[in-house]
Amino acid sequence: MNRFIRSVGVLIVAIGLAGGLPLAAQDHGDHLDASSEHTAVQGSEESHEHEGHEHEGHEHEEFVAGTFIIHHIADAHDIHLFGDVHIPLPVILFLEGHGLQLFMSSAFDGHGHGDKHLSREGIEYTLHAEDGVLEDGRSVVSGQITASEAGAAIGLYDLSITKSVFGMLVILALMVWMFLGIAGSYRKNPGKAPKGIANAMEPLIMFIRDEIAKPSIGDKADRFMPFLLTVFFFIFFCNLLGLVPFLGAFNITGTIGVTVVLATLVFLLTNLNGNKHYWGHIFWPPGVPLPVKIILVPIEVFGILMKPAVLMIRLTANISAGHIIILAFTSLIFIFGDGGQAVGAGSGMGIFSTAFMIFMYFLELLVAFLQAFVFTLLAAIYFGDATHDPAHH
Amino acid sequence: MGALLTPALGTVIWASIAFLVVLFVLKRFAWGPILAALDEREQSIAGALNEADKVRKEMAELAASNENELKEARAERDRMMREAREMADSLIAEAKNKAREAADKEVASAKDAIAIERKAAVAELKAEVGNLSLDIAERLLREKLESSDEQKALVNRLIDESPLN
Repeated sequence: MNRFIRSVGVLIVAIGLAGGLPLAAQDHGDHLDASSEHTAVQGSEESHEHEGHEHEGHEHEEFVAGTFIIHHIADAHDIHLFGDVHIPLPVILFLEGHGLQLFMSSAFDGHGHGDKHLSREGIEYTLHAEDGVLEDGRSVVSGQITASEAGAAIGLYDLSITKSVFGMLVILALMVWMFLGIAGSYRKNPGKAPKGIANAMEPLIMFIRDEIAKPSIGDKADRFMPFLLTVFFFIFFCNLLGLVPFLGAFNITGTIGVTVVLATLVFLLTNLNGNKHYWGHIFWPPGVPLPVKIILVPIEVFGILMKPAVLMIRLTANISAGHIIILAFTSLIFIFGDGGQAVGAGSGMGIFSTAFMIFMYFLELLVAFLQAFVFTLLAAIYFGDATHDPAHH
Repeated sequence: MGALLTPALGTVIWASIAFLVVLFVLKRFAWGPILAALDEREQSIAGALNEADKVRKEMAELAASNENELKEARAERDRMMREAREMADSLIAEAKNKAREAADKEVASAKDAIAIERKAAVAELKAEVGNLSLDIAERLLREKLESSDEQKALVNRLIDESPLN
């Protein structure tokens, strides 16, 4: 017990000290940012000029917790490890009239938090840092890439391997490697007790089969087991990857582009497997008087779409919320530190924030499992509703 | 903020392709074999448990029947011992009776023999005593009647005593 307390104490001090590193690095980055703004300002002049005025007014940039947090939970075109260290990722753009363009995200000029630019083969690319509206009336979101040639905007489709896509591919590759290995170990030792990683995963597989699929779906559970298992482990592992500190703060299951795919698959699997009974309940609810039917049927029809949408929103919001809380407590350190002016206050807050963040990390570990479980359970319940056989009433 | 709420086209495409590919790969090469192996193992465990249960029941039955046999054997032994004891007792009693009868017979025949012998002896004794008496009487008479006076006296006395008067 004493050892545990000591190691937690060491951890708190270590993380408190580490909290100072990004602070210093950020200052460094901001100076670079400020200097580079004078040289390479293209495209959205207006916003840059605005920022530039701000920089002139203050000795150091005001720390804005909101942008800091959004920047860290939003998808990005590179993996931001710490300070100014980024792992570049491939940018894949399909430009109208110019075909496929492929380059690394490190090709973009500029550090820090402003818009980034790239001039390549006569085309000007801009990686936007903020949500906003461009001069030509197009609205952009942070992290979006726009392209223009000689001042004329070019339409593009961004198929880049972003941070979330990269993390997702890593997790999926890990899953393939892990579960093919486990399947191999079962083939090698048929009927024997599982060993190693198979032993670790077997309870989860059994849990999904016996506690989620079978009670919710019944005797048709086998048909949905592959999807339920894949989706559970995918969400669970993605959630866990998002909790590893100093590894780019992956927020895969908090990326709406990923969860929308999972929700769409649930939607398709539910409705493609829907039997007569399922559709009957939606379009002609039995045992309900006609006036109530008039109200109920649109609700039920809306529910077809709403149920998977709720799955998507719940997962995205929960995982993002966890990251936001942890980032908010990180932000408190910088707010109290006043950009390096009040190191004492910042350190004091660092210790408090770190203690709370450790608590949050434990909670997030629980949430990582819980959200994977909830998504899988609700998907199984929807499948069960769709395939439920009224003869078994 | 918009980036959080807008699904990016690239992410959606990559996620769809990658997830579906992995789903099918895992379904074909991982989940199928794993779930089959789990089912198989569960069935074999259930089978083994049933088997063990059956064997346990059989063992219990066997033990019960052993117990019964033991009990029967013990009863049999007791019965045999009792019979043997009874037989021995009856044999001893019979032998004793026979011996007693034989002895009685012996004693009776001995008594008979003794009685016969005694009768013979008594008869012999009587004859001897008669002879002896005759002898003595002869000798006495011979000595008394050696003088004629005495012979005359006697004849007189005898005549006197006779009931001829």
